[in-house]
Amino acid sequence: MDGTTPMQRDSGYNFAYLDEQTKRMLRRSLLKAVAVPGYQVPFGSREMPLPYGWGTGGIQVTASVIGPRDILKVIDQGADDTTNAVSIRRFFARTTGVRTTEKTADATLIQTRHRIPETPLKEGQILVYQVPIPEPLRWLEARETETRKMHALSEYGAMHVRLYEDIAHYGRIATSYDYPVIVNGRYLMRPSPIPKFDNPKMDMNPALQLFGAGREKRLYAVPPYTSVKSLDFVDHPFEIQEWEESCALCGSENSFLDEVITDDRGGRMFVCSDTDYCAAHRKSEQEPPTEKTQVSR
Amino acid sequence: MYVAVKGGETAIDNAHRLLAEERRGDRSVPELTIAQIKEQMTLAVDRVMTEGSLYDPDLAALAIKQARGDLVEAIFLLRAYRTTLPRLAASRPVDTGRMTVRRRISATYKDLPGGQMLGPTFDYTHRLLDFSLADENAPLPAAAETAPVAMTGEMPRALGILDREGLIEKAGAEGDADPVDLTREPLAFPADRATRLQNLARGDEGFLLALGYSTQRGYGRTHPFAGEIRMGEVAVEIVPEELGFAIEIGEITVTECEMVNQFGGSETAPPQFTRGYGLSFGHQERKAMSMALVDRALRCRELGEDIEAPAQDEEFVLYHSDAVEAQGFVQHLKLPHYVDFQSELELIRRLRADFMAQAPAAAE
Repeated sequence: MDGTTPMQRDSGYNFAYLDEQTKRMLRRSLLKAVAVPGYQVPFGSREMPLPYGWGTGGIQVTASVIGPRDILKVIDQGADDTTNAVSIRRFFARTTGVRTTEKTADATLIQTRHRIPETPLKEGQILVYQVPIPEPLRWLEARETETRKMHALSEYGAMHVRLYEDIAHYGRIATSYDYPVIVNGRYLMRPSPIPKFDNPKMDMNPALQLFGAGREKRLYAVPPYTSVKSLDFVDHPFEIQEWEESCALCGSENSFLDEVITDDRGGRMFVCSDTDYCAAHRKSEQEPPTEKTQVSR
Repeated sequence: MYVAVKGGETAIDNAHRLLAEERRGDRSVPELTIAQIKEQMTLAVDRVMTEGSLYDPDLAALAIKQARGDLVEAIFLLRAYRTTLPRLAASRPVDTGRMTVRRRISATYKDLPGGQMLGPTFDYTHRLLDFSLADENAPLPAAAETAPVAMTGEMPRALGILDREGLIEKAGAEGDADPVDLTREPLAFPADRATRLQNLARGDEGFLLALGYSTQRGYGRTHPFAGEIRMGEVAVEIVPEELGFAIEIGEITVTECEMVNQFGGSETAPPQFTRGYGLSFGHQERKAMSMALVDRALRCRELGEDIEAPAQDEEFVLYHSDAVEAQGFVQHLKLPHYVDFQSELELIRRLRADFMAQAPAAAE
C-alpha cells in the first residue's frame, strides 16, 4: 500500500465503524484505565466484523480514539505488510478515510501486535496494543474471581515464586515474551505478547500506551512517562535477548531479529522484525544511527 | 538474497476471489437460493439464529450461504451484523404458556392435560438413508394428518402438576429483574441465573451437549427427567412508552425444555424437585435439553451442592461456551507468531547450552 494516500471512506458505516455511543463507552473506560495505570477495566466489548483473537480489542480502542486528522500505522510482528496488519489497516482506511503510513515517526496512532517499534516514540503519539489474554496471573490462577482479588490486595507473591522456580530449575528466568511488569509501582500488568526485548521501551515512554482485549473484554493503559518495571531479583536482574548476529539486510546490531530459514540444509539468516526501521536504516547506511535504541533497563 | 515477503494485500484479494469461486462450486449446478436454505435447511437456520441471537430467518439463510454451510462462521456473520443494529425496544418476556404448540412431550407422565403431541421429530425415524430424496423429481410428500390442536388458550405445564403439590420449587426467583445484556456488558462473577441462561442460550450447541452429557455420566449428576419439551409459536410483545400497553409485533418459533431434577433437600429445605431450563429459537431440541441440564448443574452454589464437576463450574462454563469467541481465539494461532517464537528459540537454545555445559556426563 502506498503509505500516505487517503482511501475513500465507505459512507455506509459510521466513522471508524463503531457508533458514537459505543465510542463514548470505550473512551470512558479508557479514561479510567489511564487514571489507574495497569488496572484492567472491564468494558462492553462489541462483536466486530473481525474474529476475536485477531485484534478486536485493539481495533475497538483505535476506533474510539482515531480522528480524521490522524495518521495511522498498523504493524504485526513489527512488520507493516503481514497479512493481518494489512487487513486491519485496510479496515480503518475504508471506515475512516484517514491517511496511513508505514513510518513510525510520521504516525500519530500506531496499532500493534507483538512488538513495540524500534524507533523511539514521541509525545503525542498513541500506541495501541492488541491483547489476547490481559490477566498476568492467569497461568497461575485460572479464576477471574480470584485474580481480581489478588490485584486488589497487590498479592503478587505467586508470580515472584514462579520466576524463582525458573531460576531454581534452569538457572535463569525462562519467560521470553509477555514478561510481567509492575506499572506505576502498583499493578502487575501483562505487556501483551511482546518479546521481553521490548519491555524497557514501555518504561517512562513519552507516548500514551493503550491496551485492548476484545474477547476478554478488558482495557488497560500506561500513561506517558509512567514507570514500567519488569519483575526480577537483585541477584538475577532483568535482561533482554541478545543476538550474536546482526541484521543481514541493514546491519543493525541492536534491533530485534527474526530468524529466516533460507534452505532445507540449516541455512538461515537474521533480519530486523521492524520493517520500517530496517528500511530506514538501509537508506542511511552511510551514517548508521549512533545512539543505541535499546537500553537494558 | 532474501527479500522480505511483500504483497500481503494482493494475496488477500486473490484469496478472497478464490473463496468466492469455491463457494459457488460447479457453475453448471444451479445457484442455491436464500429461499431454499430458509425452507429446506430450517434446522441450520434455527441454530444460526439461536447462537447468533438474532431472529431473522432470511439473514440467517444468507449467512449460511455466504459461509458455505459452515454454521459457526454463519453465526459469526450474523453476530457481527447484529452489533450494528440499534435497540428500538425491549420486548416483554414471551409467554410460552400461551404457545401455539406443534410438538409437546413429557417423559414424566404417560398422559397429561393437553396431551402428548409428537409433531415433526426425528425421534423414532430409522436412520436409514432415504435414497428417494436423491431423486429431485420425486413426488411431493403427502400432507401429514395432524390432529387439530385440542387446547385453546393456555397449554398447561407438566411441571405445574408437581407445583400444585409443592413437590417442585417455584419457577424463577433469583435474578429475574432487569437482566443484563451480555452483548453490551462484560460478564461478571458470580453471575445470576438470568445472565447464565443468556450465556447458555448463545452458547455453542456442541459444547453444551458435551457438558450436559457429562452430568449424565456422573460429572455433577443432577438426576434429570425431561419434564416437558414443547415447540411452537409464541407472540412477541412490546409496550411502547407512548401507548402504555402491550402490542404484538410478531411471532417467533421457540423450543422450550423444562427438566425436573432430584434434590435431596438441606437443613433449611425439605426434599423437593428442582428445575433446569432451556430455550432456543426454532426447533433446537438438542440445544434446549443440553442447556437445561447445564443450567441445573450451574445452580449448585444456590442449592448448596458441592462444586466438583466441569459443568458446575460457572467460570469454566460461561467463559468457554461462546463459539464465536472460541473459534476466533483458536484460529488466531494461524496468525504470525514469529517474534514470540523467535524469543522462545533463543531461550531454548540458551537453556540447552546451560544444560550441556553443566552436565557433560549426561550427554554421553
